[in-house]
Amino acid sequence: MNIVVCVKQVPDTATERKLRPDDKTIDREAAEGVINEICEYAVEEALRLKEAHGGEVTVLTMGPSKATDTIRKALAMGADKAVHLVDDALHGSDGLQTSYALAQVLKKIGFDVVILGSESTDARMGTLAAMLAERLDAPQLSLANKVEIDGSTIRIQRLTDYGFDRVEASLPAVVSVVEKINEPRYPSFKGIMAAKKKPVETLSVADAEIDAAKVGLASAATEVVDFAVAPPRAAGTIVKDEGDGGVKVAEFLASKKFV
Amino acid sequence: MLDYRLSDELEALRKTVEQFAREVVAPRAAEYDERKEFPYDIVRQMAEMGLFGLPFPEEYGGMGGDYFALCLAIEELARADSSVAITLEAGVSLGAMPVYRFGTEEQRREWLPRLASGEALGAFGLTEPGGGSDAGATATRAVLDGDEWVINGTKSFITNSGTNITRLVTVTAVTGESDGRKEISSIMVPVPTEGFAVAKDYSKVGWHASDTHEITFTDVRVPSANLLGRRGRGYANFLSILDEGRIAIAALATGLAQACVDECVKYAKERHAFGRPIGSNQAIAFKIADMEMKAHMSRLAYYRAAEKMLRGEPFKKEAAIAKLYSSEAAVDNAREATQIHGGYGFMNEFPVARHWRDSKILEIGEGTSEVQRMLIARELGL
Ligand SMILES: Cc1cc2nc3c(=O)[nH]c(=O)nc-3n(C[C@H](O)[C@H](O)[C@H](O)COP(=O)(O)OP(=O)(O)OC[C@H]3O[C@@H](n4cnc5c(N)ncnc54)[C@H](O)[C@@H]3O)c2cc1C
Repeated sequence: MNIVVCVKQVPDTATERKLRPDDKTIDREAAEGVINEICEYAVEEALRLKEAHGGEVTVLTMGPSKATDTIRKALAMGADKAVHLVDDALHGSDGLQTSYALAQVLKKIGFDVVILGSESTDARMGTLAAMLAERLDAPQLSLANKVEIDGSTIRIQRLTDYGFDRVEASLPAVVSVVEKINEPRYPSFKGIMAAKKKPVETLSVADAEIDAAKVGLASAATEVVDFAVAPPRAAGTIVKDEGDGGVKVAEFLASKKFV
Repeated sequence: MLDYRLSDELEALRKTVEQFAREVVAPRAAEYDERKEFPYDIVRQMAEMGLFGLPFPEEYGGMGGDYFALCLAIEELARADSSVAITLEAGVSLGAMPVYRFGTEEQRREWLPRLASGEALGAFGLTEPGGGSDAGATATRAVLDGDEWVINGTKSFITNSGTNITRLVTVTAVTGESDGRKEISSIMVPVPTEGFAVAKDYSKVGWHASDTHEITFTDVRVPSANLLGRRGRGYANFLSILDEGRIAIAALATGLAQACVDECVKYAKERHAFGRPIGSNQAIAFKIADMEMKAHMSRLAYYRAAEKMLRGEPFKKEAAIAKLYSSEAAVDNAREATQIHGGYGFMNEFPVARHWRDSKILEIGEGTSEVQRMLIARELGL
């Protein structure tokens, strides 16, 4: 089985993250780049599918050249090879454009299953799986907390507010996963050493037959108009219980529309 | 020429273990410490990551790394919890390493894959109730009876000797006399073996989640082929194992010293007294600056000792310096970190309190500070 797992490098959430004042895109130089957390779960799930059904796991990343660190991490966990889409023309691409660019690569390299995390910690759009599925004309199985493959049928449990839905489709398909799905493995040193020797194919926009006019900040369909730094957290409200504590708490919750 | 940067692979290893220590070890360290319980599930995860196989070649089930890679992992674990760090240190550098260094091909093939995978844990028994520093005073005896060694004696404070996954305890024992001097050899004792007994838990000051036991040998019989290294070379062999081990203990001490700095930097910014963060007082800030200096120097010292060792150069003095300096740095930093945390520093729910209790043993185990000074002085021809 040909499993492709999409992995994104994001600014470390443990550090202060910034937008660039000039073009209002994420400042990827300011913070250390790390693997997007949910992507680790996607890689883990891809590896488990491979362990159960055989085949190959390919890591697909679109990102600046420093994203190779993130690719190496996924390879160290056990993925077999990687494709890195890197081109200055891609800078500032929005969700629509990213899905177009990745779909072009996926059409080129082929796949039985595409696995990705449900959202990234930087842009937090959570739409890529849906957009990719549409562009690839493949079924979308989103928010999976369990994935099973049986011949050419793929079944997932989609996490919902009320429990889960069972969803089934035929391969090839696009699956997005949530953090409840598994416990990602930590790479071993042997894995880290082996990752060094695994093939990483670098593709430019031209290599992937992506129309350069359709990607990048200039032609993005969405625009960040303005941004502001989040105000520091205000002090909390302290309710003193003078016999009416319960009522006051209930009133507070009601005022915030929690109850 | 001079280059202290880690290679990409070593940096990736360091980061992986740092992440594991932060996500898996740290959140549960206080709980295991309080319950004085060996953290089997955490040790199993360390094993799955291949940490017990770090310095061994792949042909023996290892990860194909080296001793320095092991030290990096130990430092990162110790930033979260000394107990799991010493479990790894003792299991690899004292338990498995003697088999790798001095074992026959057969002994290596029999033991290393299990020890390197972390499925089995090894221990090394040198210290006896009657003496640790003076290892030549060994009273445990092994007598050859046909093709079996019969071992009798007691070993004290043996790390990793009493867990459910302990499968090998290598002990030093007197196997005879030559030229009027005791002949000391190392013998591998598989666990369990009849006559091998583990005494009840010690009540320790720290390292609560590490396994330490007194063990006794009563007519324990093992095949004569369990002799590790040449007969009569036991003393010299373990001295060289201890030389290496000191670098690993220095890495552990560095991790603890660094953990104290990290906790204090956070706390000194958060905690207010007299209307401002306590860290804005020079008395506090300078303490933390000194602590950072000591953690930094400890790291340089063990990096240098490891570098000399891996180059195959003499490293006895550098290893002793690293162990001596870093263990004293760890004790100093833990004391100051507790001070900076005030009353909370005396409360076990704060990591610095655990670091304080865990630090003192670093000046004692694998050669006391006095022994390190003796070694350094001897290297200077004194
Ligand atoms: C938690 C823990 C785990 C341990 N794990 C292991 C293990 O896995 N395997 C193992 O074999 N041992 C282990 N030990 C034992 C440890 O290595 C010894 O305790 C240590 O080497 C000191 O030996 P001792 O306790 O007999 O002290 P002693 O040798 O009796 O020393 C007492 C004091 O006298 C000093 N002293 C001794 N000789 C001299 C001298 N010539 N000049 C100046 N001062 C001197 C010492 O420095 C020390 O301060 C462990 C100990 C502990 C507490």
